[in-house]
Amino acid sequence: MRLPAILAALAGVLCIAAASDPAERLPNPAQEAHARALFKDVRCLVCQNESIDDSEAPLAGDLRHIIREQVAAGKDDDAIKAYLTDRYGQFVLMRPAFDPGNLALWIGPFLVVGLGLVLLLGRLRNRQPDTDLSKAEADRIDRLSRGDAP
Amino acid sequence: MIAELGAFALMLGLACAIAQVGLSIAARVRRSTMLAAAGEGAALASFAGVAIAFGVLMHAFIVSDFSVANVAANSHTEKPLLYRVAGTWGSHEGSMLLWVLALTGYGAAMALFGRSLPRGLKAVAVATQGALGTVFLAYTVFASNPLARLVQPPVEGRSLNPLLQDPALAVHPPFLYSGYVGMSVIFSLAVAALVEGRVDAAWARWVRPWALFAWSLLTIGIMLGSFWAYYELGWGGWWFWDPVENASFMPWLVATALLHSAIVTEKRGALAGWTVFLGLAAFSFSMLGAFLVRSGVLTSVHAFAVDPKRGVLLLIILGLTTGSAFSLFAWRAPTLSQGGVFAPVSRESALVLNNILLAAATATVLLGTLFPLIREALTGEAISVGPPYFNLTFSPLMAALVLLLPAGPLLAWKRGDAAGVAQRLGVAAALALLAGVAAYAVVSPRKAFGALGLTLGAWLIAGGVAELVERTRAFRVPAAESWRRLTGLPRGAWGMTFAHVGLGVFVLGACFETGWRAEAAETLPLGGSLNVGAYHLTLKSVDAVEGPNYDADRGVILATRDGRLVCRAMPERRLYLANAQTTSEVAICERGPSHLYIVLGEKRDAGGAPVWLVRAYWNPWAVLIFLGPVIMALGGLISLSDRRLRIGVPRRREQPA
Repeated sequence: MRLPAILAALAGVLCIAAASDPAERLPNPAQEAHARALFKDVRCLVCQNESIDDSEAPLAGDLRHIIREQVAAGKDDDAIKAYLTDRYGQFVLMRPAFDPGNLALWIGPFLVVGLGLVLLLGRLRNRQPDTDLSKAEADRIDRLSRGDAP
Repeated sequence: MIAELGAFALMLGLACAIAQVGLSIAARVRRSTMLAAAGEGAALASFAGVAIAFGVLMHAFIVSDFSVANVAANSHTEKPLLYRVAGTWGSHEGSMLLWVLALTGYGAAMALFGRSLPRGLKAVAVATQGALGTVFLAYTVFASNPLARLVQPPVEGRSLNPLLQDPALAVHPPFLYSGYVGMSVIFSLAVAALVEGRVDAAWARWVRPWALFAWSLLTIGIMLGSFWAYYELGWGGWWFWDPVENASFMPWLVATALLHSAIVTEKRGALAGWTVFLGLAAFSFSMLGAFLVRSGVLTSVHAFAVDPKRGVLLLIILGLTTGSAFSLFAWRAPTLSQGGVFAPVSRESALVLNNILLAAATATVLLGTLFPLIREALTGEAISVGPPYFNLTFSPLMAALVLLLPAGPLLAWKRGDAAGVAQRLGVAAALALLAGVAAYAVVSPRKAFGALGLTLGAWLIAGGVAELVERTRAFRVPAAESWRRLTGLPRGAWGMTFAHVGLGVFVLGACFETGWRAEAAETLPLGGSLNVGAYHLTLKSVDAVEGPNYDADRGVILATRDGRLVCRAMPERRLYLANAQTTSEVAICERGPSHLYIVLGEKRDAGGAPVWLVRAYWNPWAVLIFLGPVIMALGGLISLSDRRLRIGVPRRREQPA
């Protein structure tokens, strides 16, 4: 998994949840918590695969600043996300939109479940009733239980 | 000279792998035991060649022979011995050598230990393993030679990334690769079964020990990687749904499904085609992972140095091997027998549901990893798939799996008794609900999600115990009789209980930690303090210390709870001199199963007086996250020692005519 020789993005960068830096923090704890929750859904665009909550890259810091300002100004989540996607595209959101282009992504796994269940039901319906005895077998049991010679 | 010998041994290994393919195929065609033995000998020789090359590379790392390019790029004389040894597999070239070492090693093991296999099946399997060895060895020899020399060797090496200089990570690749590549044996056996046109109970039983072994090692390997990320990256997180993590997780999910479907094939002769399919898929996902990590198609914080040419080669290998294997499957699978029939409520149905859910979980991880690439290639529009996606898709699937799990082992084969099972699990369900309600009521802050997770974890553990109670008829027969039954349980049954309880332990830890983690960060002057969870942390001092190949600031932080000192934490901030990198050495105070996790950050200046950024996390029950997989892997190994796998399949006597 993480064998990697070069963690280019990590090199030289201390990867500690950068957003918890007290120097950046909003004075209102509720707003701060809200902003932190939002950070987890926003990608650090110049990083490899990190949210801006984790990244110490300067651009991530700028985005955190912008989002904190908007949260402090009372903008709602959708407006903030729309602001971000207008500028940076869908790529900036860690959670892909539920739109036709992403349909396969969102319903794919559940299609697999559906397909599997259909196959299972088909198999169950087509099964031969193996518990029922054939006429000859039933007769033989009758005779045995009556003590006749087989 | 030694390096050249190693390179030569590697080529010899390649030549032997080719011979292994030719001889084994000839053995199958001519039904010759002599040729088969020659093929097996070639498999052993191929392993010996690769092992020599591997030993040579390790030697070059230990003595810091910087005339070998790989050593110069990844080692340093001041590095401790453990990390010089681990440097052997720390680079792209070295890790590929580890991969082929495992691949040929499994081939040799199959040749040595596969005595009970029918001759034809074994010859084809050894040939397939040889073919896999050939392509990967050819890749290693011609495209990623680990023993290439430098004309002008440097005086000092460039050193290994300091983040990777860690004991857990040093042993992580051998476990992970043994797990990944262990799937190749199942792949080879599946191909052989398709060629021979026979997949039956005996085949499933031959597959089982290899699958158990590889699965257990993979479980440990993934856990070690996660543990490393947890304490070395200093984020306090342990799973990031990073593409490279996903690459290792997909083979694990498929192998888990395989272990379960193989039971159905072994006991009831059913699902033969599906089990073979999973056998092919498990190693295909291993190879996909190897490709993804090295090709540079994915952006990941963990990806190897990127080289597009190698990526293309690996993609060709992936396409060639999986393409031919699945073509063979499409051609031959329809001839496989359907096997026994079963009722909707039965052990078979439960195991099929397990497989459906695991397959869907694999699809989730696969889509989440590859969909952004596909979409970008098709539309040019980039999207990101991050943890929120997996939380919404993977988690419900796993929750459904966990809900169903305890019922499975209690159901009878062919036709189960739903009401009876519900009755036997009544106590377990009540305990689980009680645990959830208690967590919801007692733990603050109140979190419904966390409580739900706790219910599921408790359900798994209680369900596992309920199954043991059922098997031993405890409380219904005298205690001595129950004890006799308990000690008489087959190891396979114990293995299953361990694996399922281990999953429960993991779920408990994962949900508790995720639900109730607390976090605090402050810039502290000496003597300053902050609170996290129920703990009060005071920064006592920060001193300069000197390590073997780094300089560090070491903080001393006293943690108190209710005024009582509970821990003296010493987190470090290290500067590695060889590559001027800074890393943080986390201090973890163990508090029962929970962790107080403390990170010393950068030094700042606050009006002339120095202050340090200190971050602290309260990670309740974090130990269980790593303990759970260990219990699961232990279950796999216990099951591996089961008598029926050691003794082998009893031969069915021919019916007298």
